[in-house]
Amino acid sequence: MSLLVPENENQAVEIVRDAKAHREPLAIQGGGTHAGLGRPMQTAAALSTKALRGIIFHEPAEMVIRARAGTPLAEIEAALASKGQMLPFEPMDHRGIFGSQGEPSVGAVAACNISGPRRIRNGAARDSLIGVRFINGSGEAINSGGRVMKNVTGLDLVKLQCGAWGTLGLLTEVTFKVIPVTQTEGTLVLEGLNDAAAIAVMSAALGSPFEVSGAAHEPGANARTFLRIEHFAPSVDYRLGELEKLLSKFATSRRLDRDTSQSLWRDIRGVTALSGDLSKALWRVSVAPSQATHFVQTLRERGLAPDYVFDWGGGLIWLAVSASGDAGASHIRTALSGTSGHATLVRAPDDVRQTTDVFQPQSAALMKLTRGVKASMDIAGIFNPGRMYAGV
Amino acid sequence: MSSIPFPKPDPSILARRDEIIAGLAKLLLPECLITSEDERRAFETDALTAYRRIPLAVALPRSTEEVSALLAFCAAVGVKVVPRGAGTSLAGGAIPQEDAVVIAVTKLNKILDVNYSDRTVRVQAGVTNLSISEAVMPDGFFYAPDPSSQLACTIAGNIGMNSGGAHCLKYGVTTNNVLGVKMVLIDGTIVDIGGDALDAPGYDLLGLITGSEGQLGIVTEATLRILRLAEGARPVLFGFPSSESAGACVAAIIGAGIVPVAMEFMDKPAIAICEAFAKAGYPLDVEAMLIIEVEGSEIEMEAQLARIIEIAGKHDVQVVKESRSAMETALIWKGRKSAFGATGRVADYICMDGTVPTGQLSHVLKRTGEIVESYGLRVANVFHAGDGNMHPLILYNVNDPTEQDKAEAAGMDILKLCVDVGGCLTGEHGVGIEKRDLMRHQFTDADLAQQMSVRAVFDKDWLLNPAKVFPLEGRNAE
Repeated sequence: MSLLVPENENQAVEIVRDAKAHREPLAIQGGGTHAGLGRPMQTAAALSTKALRGIIFHEPAEMVIRARAGTPLAEIEAALASKGQMLPFEPMDHRGIFGSQGEPSVGAVAACNISGPRRIRNGAARDSLIGVRFINGSGEAINSGGRVMKNVTGLDLVKLQCGAWGTLGLLTEVTFKVIPVTQTEGTLVLEGLNDAAAIAVMSAALGSPFEVSGAAHEPGANARTFLRIEHFAPSVDYRLGELEKLLSKFATSRRLDRDTSQSLWRDIRGVTALSGDLSKALWRVSVAPSQATHFVQTLRERGLAPDYVFDWGGGLIWLAVSASGDAGASHIRTALSGTSGHATLVRAPDDVRQTTDVFQPQSAALMKLTRGVKASMDIAGIFNPGRMYAGV
Repeated sequence: MSSIPFPKPDPSILARRDEIIAGLAKLLLPECLITSEDERRAFETDALTAYRRIPLAVALPRSTEEVSALLAFCAAVGVKVVPRGAGTSLAGGAIPQEDAVVIAVTKLNKILDVNYSDRTVRVQAGVTNLSISEAVMPDGFFYAPDPSSQLACTIAGNIGMNSGGAHCLKYGVTTNNVLGVKMVLIDGTIVDIGGDALDAPGYDLLGLITGSEGQLGIVTEATLRILRLAEGARPVLFGFPSSESAGACVAAIIGAGIVPVAMEFMDKPAIAICEAFAKAGYPLDVEAMLIIEVEGSEIEMEAQLARIIEIAGKHDVQVVKESRSAMETALIWKGRKSAFGATGRVADYICMDGTVPTGQLSHVLKRTGEIVESYGLRVANVFHAGDGNMHPLILYNVNDPTEQDKAEAAGMDILKLCVDVGGCLTGEHGVGIEKRDLMRHQFTDADLAQQMSVRAVFDKDWLLNPAKVFPLEGRNAE
């Protein structure tokens, strides 16, 4: 497979026009840390964003940063940290679950809508992405959104690009809203809760006025439930104390200091608990938290016996199952029917992802819109064809 | 009179009016179809009252299925549709046209489900914004987006325009608070997009629909996030000798790592207008005022305010006035939220809505004053300082046609300025008809063509709210 590495937007435009003229699809590459996510693609060429690099501006007083798509995420985070700021949504790091090397790119964070535990409080990447510049399938550079955080001018193509996994164009620049780093953090740990009790604890905490910024649960013999507060130091102390009182009827709790808390949430963000055995298939399931327990119970009754963890107060479930057959797809998706939840097969061998829907199948009406949107932005079908859905 | 053109009504549709009304009448109860001219006139405009067009008919469906039947019928006979919530659009987003049927969702006004453990509500789209917060407030929750029109405006309209409000610095705008919608496409197909989970599979169609100004379909139900109220909230008034010092104070607060829940700016004319109406205790002898609201426990609010007051002290603050009671808090916000209404008592006005990078606020305020003065008119400024969303109110006399033209011209100049300094035409009101013909100032032809080809996926014949958003000339598919 040939690798195309444009060094600027004009070169990228030429590559895309050429690909369109010859109907030669392109696989878009960022840092390559989660290249195995999606349906396997057959493309003769890959287009890397690694040379489209650099922060275009960071305006701390405006709480905004714009960078070229290939800029390493670490470079963005370091620049923000030097001014006491951060990305609001704590993007997860896929390197642990894929055993991959390389540096995640900020363009992939936007294209794949990659968020982490803080999503429950600050929204997802899509909520902070306020502007994009991309090259559409006709080789035109298109702007949508901008650099201001309130903007309703025209159709919001920013949202469409965010989470389209590179199927709707090549992002060249992304603009994110940022926030000040919090002064400190602390975490409350409750031990020994079963799933239903853990969901109840997390719902009570997230429904409290104390602005919990992380709510996760690791089940099992040594079950632990984690609740994080990030704020000014006196507020962290006060709020953890109030939470302890609020939750005392469920279990006693203990506190983790700032350093322990930071390292814990880095692990939760990287799904470290399920990273041990890379031969297993890994699923990411979104549900309403009140349906999480029943969903896991249904899987057990069907004999799937997954390893799992809850994040987002139970609204995000990571499942590790045997990668044989359909990697549990039919059981998982049947257990979700009747809910508006959905499941993504994040990690599985190529042959499994070849024959099993990686992204949740959608209704016929939504697939018709999806195909229409794809054609409206990439008429020749050259960007990441089939990575999300067949024919898209 | 007014200078924004409407498309010419299609004579073939006007000629078939009786036939179209007969078709609509088969789909609705008699009291849900408005055909007499007197009653249709109630729907001829929205909050951009200088423009009026009486629609062909007005339909008031009572269910998603009725909306579906109506749209399928309209698509089949080729009649245009103008979706409508409560008609509070400041941008003319709900103004009809003579050859169009208005479909208003106001009879879809039930809250269907409240789920405190998932922190969601499911509502019919015609419920008012405020009624949601009122329904969950006794249990300590609220729905965050709070546009000034929240007493009247509907969730359908909020989703159509991606409405904001005074507290979106912390809580985001509509698009950040919607989890799912039930929507009817122009051919009558009913689709469920998103749901009650935090993310949805496939393309983010929910994000695309939010802010699409009624051009992609009609939303009939929505699932929204609700949040727990803070333990307490307290606004403080800060008076400054200049807009520059107020602007620098805002930047310094953010620079110190503090993001208050709201930072609202008013200039001297706006302060005078709002104080005369609300008697909120605003300082009248300052050039600029900030309302800064903090949230948390009593001790937390005290601590945060102490830091904010210290910062303000370094920026020549003249007046610091803390709310000391719930009544004072209510009055302070009443003054701000009634800014448009209070202005309407002293003059006719048009309200602009551009957003600028906050570093440009002082420059844009100064130029705004100069622009409006050059037309011989006056301006009052209220805006969301934390996010740069400006709301200059250009005062004029509606009975003087030359003044209206001047006001509109001044408004257009201001919006171009907003774009030129790196901002946008509209932060939360939408494009509607008002800013439609300025879109080429912000977007290239290729940008607009891309947006229009996405639009055409949903409505290839341009039947849904067709006179809005995109310049009438140069449309892709018409």
